[in-house]
Amino acid sequence: MMMSAERISVSDHWGLVIMQKNHSDHDHDHDHDHETLSEVELRVRAIESLLVEKGYVNPEALDALIETYETKVGPRNGAHVVAKAWSDPEFRAWLLEDGTAAIASLGYTGRQGEHIMVVENTPKVHNMVVCTLCSCYPWPVLGLPPVWYKSSPYRARAVIDPRGVLEEFGVTLPDDVEIVVWDSTAEMRYLVLPMRPEGTEGWSEEALADIVTRNSMIGTGVVGKPAQ
Amino acid sequence: MNGLHDMGGSQCYGPIDIEENEPVFHSEWEKRAFAITLAMGTLGKWNLDKTRSTRESLPPLVYLSSSYYQIWFEGLLELSVKAGLITEEEARDGVLREPPKPGLSPLQAEDVGPLFTRGWPSTREPSRPARFAVGDRVHTRSMAPATHTRIPQYCRDKPGVVIAVHGAHVFPDKNAIGEGEQPDWLYTVRFDARELWGEDSTASAVHVDCWEPYLLEGK
Repeated sequence: MMMSAERISVSDHWGLVIMQKNHSDHDHDHDHDHETLSEVELRVRAIESLLVEKGYVNPEALDALIETYETKVGPRNGAHVVAKAWSDPEFRAWLLEDGTAAIASLGYTGRQGEHIMVVENTPKVHNMVVCTLCSCYPWPVLGLPPVWYKSSPYRARAVIDPRGVLEEFGVTLPDDVEIVVWDSTAEMRYLVLPMRPEGTEGWSEEALADIVTRNSMIGTGVVGKPAQ
Repeated sequence: MNGLHDMGGSQCYGPIDIEENEPVFHSEWEKRAFAITLAMGTLGKWNLDKTRSTRESLPPLVYLSSSYYQIWFEGLLELSVKAGLITEEEARDGVLREPPKPGLSPLQAEDVGPLFTRGWPSTREPSRPARFAVGDRVHTRSMAPATHTRIPQYCRDKPGVVIAVHGAHVFPDKNAIGEGEQPDWLYTVRFDARELWGEDSTASAVHVDCWEPYLLEGK
Protein backbone atom coordinates (compact mmCIF):
# COMPACT_ATOMS: atom_id res chain seq x y z
CA MET A 1 0.00 0.00 0.00
CA MET A 2 2.72 2.44 0.91
CA MET A 3 4.55 4.44 -1.67
CA SER A 4 8.07 3.16 -1.96
CA ALA A 5 11.10 5.41 -1.79
CA GLU A 6 11.52 6.65 -5.30
CA ARG A 7 12.50 9.82 -6.99
CA ILE A 8 9.56 11.46 -8.62
CA SER A 9 10.29 14.15 -11.16
CA VAL A 10 7.72 16.87 -10.94
CA SER A 11 7.12 19.29 -13.76
CA ASP A 12 6.13 22.20 -11.59
CA HIS A 13 7.64 25.56 -12.36
CA TRP A 14 10.80 24.88 -10.36
CA GLY A 15 11.40 21.48 -11.92
CA LEU A 16 12.05 19.95 -8.50
CA VAL A 17 13.22 16.47 -7.80
CA ILE A 18 11.32 15.15 -4.84
CA MET A 19 12.20 12.27 -2.61
CA GLN A 20 9.77 10.21 -0.63
CA LYS A 21 11.46 9.39 2.65
CA ASN A 22 9.95 6.41 4.34
CA HIS A 23 11.39 5.20 7.62
CA SER A 24 10.01 1.68 7.43
CA ASP A 25 11.43 1.15 3.97
CA HIS A 26 14.81 -0.41 4.63
CA ASP A 27 15.39 -2.22 1.37
CA HIS A 28 15.99 0.60 -1.01
CA ASP A 29 19.25 1.78 -2.46
CA HIS A 30 21.04 3.76 0.22
CA ASP A 31 23.54 5.52 -2.04
CA HIS A 32 20.65 6.76 -4.08
CA ASP A 33 18.92 7.92 -0.88
CA HIS A 34 21.93 9.91 0.28
CA GLU A 35 22.46 11.45 -3.11
CA THR A 36 18.90 12.74 -3.22
CA LEU A 37 18.89 13.93 0.37
CA SER A 38 22.04 15.90 -0.22
CA GLU A 39 20.35 17.60 -3.16
CA VAL A 40 17.69 18.80 -0.74
CA GLU A 41 20.35 19.74 1.79
CA LEU A 42 22.29 21.76 -0.81
CA ARG A 43 19.16 23.50 -2.00
CA VAL A 44 18.09 24.52 1.51
CA ARG A 45 21.60 25.81 2.19
CA ALA A 46 21.62 27.82 -1.02
CA ILE A 47 18.29 29.42 -0.18
CA GLU A 48 19.35 30.16 3.38
CA SER A 49 22.45 31.94 2.04
CA LEU A 50 20.32 33.90 -0.39
CA LEU A 51 17.91 35.01 2.32
CA VAL A 52 20.79 35.97 4.62
CA GLU A 53 22.45 37.91 1.77
CA LYS A 54 19.20 39.76 1.18
CA GLY A 55 18.97 40.58 4.87
CA TYR A 56 15.66 38.75 5.40
CA VAL A 57 16.96 36.26 7.95
CA ASN A 58 19.62 36.36 10.62
CA PRO A 59 21.46 33.03 11.04
CA GLU A 60 21.73 33.53 14.79
CA ALA A 61 17.95 33.82 15.01
CA LEU A 62 17.68 30.53 13.10
CA ASP A 63 20.03 28.88 15.60
CA ALA A 64 17.94 30.26 18.48
CA LEU A 65 14.74 28.88 16.95
CA ILE A 66 16.27 25.45 16.43
CA GLU A 67 17.65 25.38 19.96
CA THR A 68 14.28 26.42 21.39
CA TYR A 69 12.36 23.62 19.70
CA GLU A 70 15.06 20.99 20.12
CA THR A 71 15.78 21.55 23.80
CA LYS A 72 13.25 23.80 25.56
CA VAL A 73 9.86 22.91 24.12
CA GLY A 74 8.82 19.28 24.24
CA PRO A 75 6.52 16.65 25.77
CA ARG A 76 8.17 17.02 29.19
CA ASN A 77 6.14 20.23 29.46
CA GLY A 78 2.88 18.40 28.83
CA ALA A 79 3.86 15.62 31.24
CA HIS A 80 4.35 18.27 33.93
CA VAL A 81 0.85 19.62 33.24
CA VAL A 82 -0.68 16.13 33.44
CA ALA A 83 1.20 15.16 36.60
CA LYS A 84 0.07 18.37 38.30
CA ALA A 85 -3.53 17.74 37.27
CA TRP A 86 -3.32 14.22 38.73
CA SER A 87 -1.89 15.59 41.99
CA ASP A 88 -3.87 18.77 42.50
CA PRO A 89 -7.70 18.66 42.11
CA GLU A 90 -7.98 22.44 41.98
CA PHE A 91 -5.45 22.65 39.17
CA ARG A 92 -7.24 19.83 37.33
CA ALA A 93 -10.55 21.72 37.54
CA TRP A 94 -8.90 24.92 36.29
CA LEU A 95 -7.13 23.02 33.50
CA LEU A 96 -10.42 21.58 32.23
CA GLU A 97 -12.17 24.95 32.58
CA ASP A 98 -9.48 27.16 31.02
CA GLY A 99 -6.62 25.10 29.63
CA THR A 100 -4.74 28.07 28.17
CA ALA A 101 -4.57 29.93 31.50
CA ALA A 102 -3.83 26.90 33.68
CA ILE A 103 -1.03 25.78 31.35
CA ALA A 104 0.35 29.33 31.13
CA SER A 105 0.59 29.38 34.95
CA LEU A 106 3.28 26.68 34.60
CA GLY A 107 5.17 28.78 32.06
CA TYR A 108 4.10 27.04 28.86
CA THR A 109 2.80 29.52 26.32
CA GLY A 110 3.34 30.64 22.78
CA ARG A 111 3.21 29.71 19.16
CA GLN A 112 0.81 26.92 18.22
CA GLY A 113 -0.50 26.93 21.78
CA GLU A 114 -2.17 30.31 21.99
CA HIS A 115 -5.53 28.64 22.72
CA ILE A 116 -5.44 25.24 24.40
CA MET A 117 -8.35 23.04 25.44
CA VAL A 118 -7.70 20.02 27.64
CA VAL A 119 -9.93 16.98 27.18
CA GLU A 120 -10.10 14.33 29.86
CA ASN A 121 -10.12 10.57 29.37
CA THR A 122 -12.46 8.61 31.63
CA PRO A 123 -13.28 4.91 31.97
CA LYS A 124 -16.11 5.56 29.46
CA VAL A 125 -14.58 8.04 26.98
CA HIS A 126 -11.21 8.03 25.24
CA ASN A 127 -10.12 11.15 23.34
CA MET A 128 -7.78 11.25 20.33
CA VAL A 129 -6.44 14.35 18.59
CA VAL A 130 -5.67 14.77 14.89
CA CYS A 131 -5.36 17.51 12.29
CA THR A 132 -6.84 16.08 9.11
CA LEU A 133 -6.08 19.20 7.04
CA CYS A 134 -2.44 19.80 7.99
CA SER A 135 -0.47 19.27 11.20
CA CYS A 136 -1.90 21.45 14.00
CA TYR A 137 -0.41 20.35 17.32
CA PRO A 138 0.04 22.02 20.74
CA TRP A 139 3.73 22.98 20.50
CA PRO A 140 4.23 24.59 23.94
CA VAL A 141 3.19 21.40 25.73
CA LEU A 142 4.18 18.65 23.28
CA GLY A 143 6.92 20.20 21.14
CA LEU A 144 7.01 19.64 17.39
CA PRO A 145 4.83 16.79 16.14
CA PRO A 146 6.27 13.38 15.27
CA VAL A 147 6.34 12.39 11.59
CA TRP A 148 3.46 9.90 11.98
CA TYR A 149 1.15 12.65 13.31
CA LYS A 150 1.74 14.66 10.12
CA SER A 151 1.54 11.64 7.81
CA SER A 152 -1.30 10.78 5.44
CA PRO A 153 -2.20 7.44 7.08
CA TYR A 154 -2.83 8.99 10.50
CA ARG A 155 -4.53 12.15 9.24
CA ALA A 156 -6.79 10.11 6.98
CA ARG A 157 -7.85 7.31 9.29
CA ALA A 158 -7.99 8.81 12.80
CA VAL A 159 -11.44 10.33 12.24
CA ILE A 160 -13.02 7.19 10.76
CA ASP A 161 -11.25 4.30 12.45
CA PRO A 162 -9.63 5.47 15.70
CA ARG A 163 -9.89 1.99 17.18
CA GLY A 164 -7.91 0.57 14.28
CA VAL A 165 -5.37 3.38 14.68
CA LEU A 166 -5.03 2.59 18.39
CA GLU A 167 -4.40 -1.08 17.56
CA GLU A 168 -1.45 0.00 15.42
CA PHE A 169 -0.09 1.82 18.47
CA GLY A 170 -0.53 -1.37 20.49
CA VAL A 171 -3.53 -0.09 22.43
CA THR A 172 -6.75 -2.09 22.72
CA LEU A 173 -9.61 -0.40 24.53
CA PRO A 174 -12.64 -2.26 25.90
CA ASP A 175 -15.58 -2.31 23.46
CA ASP A 176 -17.74 -0.19 25.76
CA VAL A 177 -15.28 2.73 25.74
CA GLU A 178 -16.47 5.47 23.39
CA ILE A 179 -13.77 7.05 21.24
CA VAL A 180 -14.08 10.75 20.52
CA VAL A 181 -11.78 12.27 17.91
CA TRP A 182 -10.90 15.97 17.95
CA ASP A 183 -10.01 17.37 14.51
CA SER A 184 -7.93 20.54 15.04
CA THR A 185 -9.27 22.62 12.17
CA ALA A 186 -8.84 26.04 13.83
CA GLU A 187 -6.29 27.66 16.19
CA MET A 188 -7.65 25.71 19.15
CA ARG A 189 -5.09 23.13 20.24
CA TYR A 190 -6.05 19.99 22.12
CA LEU A 191 -4.22 18.17 24.88
CA VAL A 192 -5.52 14.87 26.22
CA LEU A 193 -5.48 14.40 29.99
CA PRO A 194 -4.89 10.66 30.24
CA MET A 195 -6.21 8.51 33.10
CA ARG A 196 -3.89 8.11 36.03
CA PRO A 197 -2.92 4.46 36.33
CA GLU A 198 -3.63 2.42 39.43
CA GLY A 199 -0.63 1.73 41.62
CA THR A 200 0.62 5.34 41.59
CA GLU A 201 -1.08 6.45 44.80
CA GLY A 202 1.14 8.76 46.81
CA TRP A 203 3.63 9.31 43.97
CA SER A 204 5.31 12.70 43.69
CA GLU A 205 4.52 14.98 40.74
CA GLU A 206 8.03 14.35 39.39
CA ALA A 207 7.58 10.58 39.51
CA LEU A 208 4.20 10.86 37.82
CA ALA A 209 5.58 13.11 35.08
CA ASP A 210 8.17 10.44 34.29
CA ILE A 211 5.49 7.91 33.27
CA VAL A 212 3.38 10.26 31.12
CA THR A 213 4.11 9.58 27.46
CA ARG A 214 3.70 11.95 24.54
CA ASN A 215 1.28 9.58 22.81
CA SER A 216 -0.95 9.42 25.90
CA MET A 217 -1.39 13.20 25.58
CA ILE A 218 -2.34 12.88 21.87
CA GLY A 219 -4.66 9.98 22.63
CA THR A 220 -2.76 7.36 20.65
CA GLY A 221 -1.52 5.86 23.89
CA VAL A 222 -2.55 5.29 27.49
CA VAL A 223 -0.39 5.52 30.60
CA GLY A 224 0.25 1.97 31.71
CA LYS A 225 0.40 0.53 35.21
CA PRO A 226 3.89 0.91 36.62
CA ALA A 227 5.96 -2.25 36.81
CA GLN A 228 6.19 -3.70 40.32
CA MET B 1 -10.36 24.16 -1.98
CA ASN B 2 -11.26 20.51 -2.33
CA GLY B 3 -7.87 18.82 -2.43
CA LEU B 4 -5.70 15.94 -1.35
CA HIS B 5 -4.68 17.74 1.83
CA ASP B 6 -8.24 17.20 3.09
CA MET B 7 -7.58 13.59 4.04
CA GLY B 8 -10.05 12.86 6.81
CA GLY B 9 -11.86 9.59 6.13
CA SER B 10 -9.58 8.31 3.35
CA GLN B 11 -8.64 4.67 3.76
CA CYS B 12 -6.05 4.26 1.01
CA TYR B 13 -2.82 5.30 2.76
CA GLY B 14 -1.90 2.06 4.49
CA PRO B 15 -0.54 1.51 8.00
CA ILE B 16 0.90 4.28 10.15
CA ASP B 17 4.70 4.40 10.12
CA ILE B 18 5.62 4.77 13.79
CA GLU B 19 9.27 5.48 14.60
CA GLU B 20 10.40 4.63 18.12
CA ASN B 21 12.47 7.29 19.92
CA GLU B 22 12.03 9.68 17.05
CA PRO B 23 14.38 12.69 17.05
CA VAL B 24 12.90 16.21 16.79
CA PHE B 25 14.60 16.62 13.40
CA HIS B 26 15.91 13.92 11.08
CA SER B 27 18.62 15.96 9.38
CA GLU B 28 20.37 19.30 9.39
CA TRP B 29 18.38 20.62 6.42
CA GLU B 30 15.10 19.95 8.24
CA LYS B 31 16.26 22.18 11.10
CA ARG B 32 17.22 24.95 8.72
CA ALA B 33 14.02 24.68 6.63
CA PHE B 34 11.95 24.79 9.84
CA ALA B 35 13.76 27.83 11.25
CA ILE B 36 13.88 29.74 7.95
CA THR B 37 10.13 29.28 7.57
CA LEU B 38 9.38 30.59 11.07
CA ALA B 39 11.83 33.49 10.73
CA MET B 40 10.53 34.54 7.30
CA GLY B 41 6.98 34.45 8.69
CA THR B 42 7.84 37.23 11.13
CA LEU B 43 8.55 39.66 8.26
CA GLY B 44 4.79 40.17 8.05
CA LYS B 45 4.52 39.65 4.28
CA TRP B 46 2.00 36.81 4.69
CA ASN B 47 -0.09 35.21 7.41
CA LEU B 48 -0.54 31.68 8.73
CA ASP B 49 -3.70 31.10 6.69
CA LYS B 50 -1.96 32.18 3.50
CA THR B 51 0.89 29.82 4.41
CA ARG B 52 -1.47 26.86 4.85
CA SER B 53 -3.29 27.76 1.66
CA THR B 54 -0.02 27.87 -0.26
CA ARG B 55 1.15 24.48 1.05
CA GLU B 56 -2.12 22.76 0.19
CA SER B 57 -2.05 24.32 -3.29
CA LEU B 58 1.24 22.62 -4.20
CA PRO B 59 0.82 20.16 -7.09
CA PRO B 60 -0.81 16.98 -5.73
CA LEU B 61 2.14 14.76 -6.60
CA VAL B 62 4.53 17.13 -4.86
CA TYR B 63 2.28 17.30 -1.80
CA LEU B 64 1.89 13.53 -1.46
CA SER B 65 5.49 12.60 -2.24
CA SER B 66 7.25 15.26 -0.21
CA SER B 67 8.33 14.97 3.39
CA TYR B 68 6.82 17.46 5.81
CA TYR B 69 9.62 19.99 5.84
CA GLN B 70 9.96 19.76 2.06
CA ILE B 71 6.36 20.94 1.87
CA TRP B 72 7.23 23.77 4.24
CA PHE B 73 10.25 24.68 2.15
CA GLU B 74 8.42 24.63 -1.18
CA GLY B 75 5.60 26.64 0.37
CA LEU B 76 8.08 29.20 1.67
CA LEU B 77 9.68 29.63 -1.76
CA GLU B 78 6.29 30.08 -3.37
CA LEU B 79 5.28 32.68 -0.76
CA SER B 80 8.61 34.51 -1.09
CA VAL B 81 8.34 34.69 -4.87
CA LYS B 82 4.70 35.83 -4.78
CA ALA B 83 5.58 38.51 -2.20
CA GLY B 84 8.37 39.79 -4.43
CA LEU B 85 11.10 38.98 -1.90
CA ILE B 86 13.00 36.75 -4.31
CA THR B 87 12.68 35.98 -7.99
CA GLU B 88 11.77 32.64 -9.53
CA GLU B 89 15.34 32.28 -10.76
CA GLU B 90 16.69 32.96 -7.28
CA ALA B 91 14.27 30.39 -5.82
CA ARG B 92 15.60 27.84 -8.28
CA ASP B 93 19.33 28.10 -7.54
CA GLY B 94 19.74 30.44 -4.60
CA VAL B 95 21.99 32.80 -6.58
CA LEU B 96 21.40 36.46 -5.77
CA ARG B 97 20.23 38.49 -8.78
CA GLU B 98 18.00 41.26 -7.47
CA PRO B 99 18.50 43.67 -4.56
CA PRO B 100 16.40 42.97 -1.45
CA LYS B 101 12.98 44.45 -0.93
CA PRO B 102 13.62 47.44 1.38
CA GLY B 103 12.13 48.19 4.77
CA LEU B 104 12.05 44.68 6.22
CA SER B 105 13.61 43.90 9.60
CA PRO B 106 14.72 40.31 10.10
CA LEU B 107 13.99 38.37 13.28
CA GLN B 108 16.85 38.77 15.79
CA ALA B 109 18.07 36.00 18.08
CA GLU B 110 17.15 37.96 21.23
CA ASP B 111 13.56 38.34 19.99
CA VAL B 112 12.97 34.62 19.49
CA GLY B 113 12.22 33.91 23.16
CA PRO B 114 9.81 36.79 23.84
CA LEU B 115 8.05 36.59 20.47
CA PHE B 116 7.55 32.84 20.31
CA THR B 117 6.52 32.46 23.96
CA ARG B 118 3.90 35.16 23.45
CA GLY B 119 2.67 33.60 20.21
CA TRP B 120 0.09 35.01 17.85
CA PRO B 121 -3.37 34.67 19.43
CA SER B 122 -6.16 34.47 16.83
CA THR B 123 -8.94 35.75 19.10
CA ARG B 124 -10.45 39.16 18.28
CA GLU B 125 -13.21 41.38 19.66
CA PRO B 126 -16.50 40.10 18.22
CA SER B 127 -18.51 42.61 16.21
CA ARG B 128 -21.85 40.98 17.08
CA PRO B 129 -23.24 38.39 19.49
CA ALA B 130 -22.76 34.70 18.84
CA ARG B 131 -25.58 33.13 16.88
CA PHE B 132 -25.27 29.75 18.61
CA ALA B 133 -24.83 28.55 22.18
CA VAL B 134 -23.65 25.31 23.75
CA GLY B 135 -26.30 22.64 23.19
CA ASP B 136 -27.68 24.16 19.99
CA ARG B 137 -28.31 21.86 17.07
CA VAL B 138 -26.59 23.07 13.91
CA HIS B 139 -26.22 21.85 10.35
CA THR B 140 -23.04 22.50 8.38
CA ARG B 141 -23.44 24.13 5.01
CA SER B 142 -23.02 22.26 1.79
CA MET B 143 -20.13 24.25 0.35
CA ALA B 144 -17.10 23.90 -1.91
CA PRO B 145 -15.16 27.17 -2.13
CA ALA B 146 -12.33 27.03 -4.66
CA THR B 147 -10.11 28.94 -2.21
CA HIS B 148 -8.82 28.08 1.28
CA THR B 149 -11.30 26.80 3.86
CA ARG B 150 -11.01 24.94 7.16
CA ILE B 151 -14.15 22.87 7.01
CA PRO B 152 -13.22 19.34 5.98
CA GLN B 153 -15.31 17.72 3.28
CA TYR B 154 -16.32 14.84 5.53
CA CYS B 155 -18.36 17.10 7.81
CA ARG B 156 -20.09 19.35 5.27
CA ASP B 157 -23.90 19.21 5.06
CA LYS B 158 -24.07 17.24 8.33
CA PRO B 159 -26.06 17.70 11.55
CA GLY B 160 -24.16 18.40 14.75
CA VAL B 161 -24.39 19.94 18.20
CA VAL B 162 -22.39 22.89 19.54
CA ILE B 163 -20.32 21.76 22.53
CA ALA B 164 -18.05 24.80 23.00
CA VAL B 165 -17.99 28.48 22.04
CA HIS B 166 -14.46 29.90 21.71
CA GLY B 167 -15.08 33.57 21.01
CA ALA B 168 -14.38 35.32 17.73
CA HIS B 169 -11.28 34.15 15.84
CA VAL B 170 -9.61 35.32 12.63
CA PHE B 171 -11.54 33.70 9.78
CA PRO B 172 -9.05 31.77 7.61
CA ASP B 173 -11.27 31.61 4.51
CA LYS B 174 -10.96 35.39 4.17
CA ASN B 175 -7.56 35.96 5.75
CA ALA B 176 -5.90 33.50 3.36
CA ILE B 177 -7.02 35.37 0.26
CA GLY B 178 -6.07 38.88 1.30
CA GLU B 179 -9.53 40.00 2.38
CA GLY B 180 -8.53 40.78 5.95
CA GLU B 181 -9.10 38.94 9.20
CA GLN B 182 -12.93 39.25 9.28
CA PRO B 183 -13.06 37.55 12.71
CA ASP B 184 -16.08 35.37 13.33
CA TRP B 185 -17.41 33.13 16.07
CA LEU B 186 -15.69 29.80 16.47
CA TYR B 187 -17.45 26.74 17.87
CA THR B 188 -16.59 23.13 18.51
CA VAL B 189 -19.28 21.02 16.89
CA ARG B 190 -19.89 17.41 17.83
CA PHE B 191 -20.81 15.10 14.96
CA ASP B 192 -22.14 11.64 15.67
CA ALA B 193 -19.80 9.29 13.84
CA ARG B 194 -22.81 7.46 12.34
CA GLU B 195 -23.92 10.70 10.68
CA LEU B 196 -20.49 10.98 9.06
CA TRP B 197 -19.67 7.39 8.22
CA GLY B 198 -22.76 5.24 8.77
CA GLU B 199 -21.92 1.99 10.50
CA ASP B 200 -18.41 1.89 9.02
CA SER B 201 -16.62 3.68 11.82
CA THR B 202 -15.07 2.80 15.17
CA ALA B 203 -15.42 6.40 16.39
CA SER B 204 -18.27 7.43 18.63
CA ALA B 205 -18.12 11.10 17.68
CA VAL B 206 -15.86 13.52 15.84
CA HIS B 207 -15.45 17.05 17.21
CA VAL B 208 -14.56 19.72 14.68
CA ASP B 209 -13.91 23.45 15.14
CA CYS B 210 -16.27 25.37 12.85
CA TRP B 211 -16.59 29.10 12.24
CA GLU B 212 -20.08 30.56 12.23
CA PRO B 213 -20.19 31.04 8.42
CA TYR B 214 -19.95 27.24 8.08
CA LEU B 215 -23.08 26.70 10.17
CA LEU B 216 -26.85 26.86 9.72
CA GLU B 217 -29.51 26.29 12.36
CA GLY B 218 -30.16 22.60 12.84
CA LYS B 219 -33.45 20.80 13.17
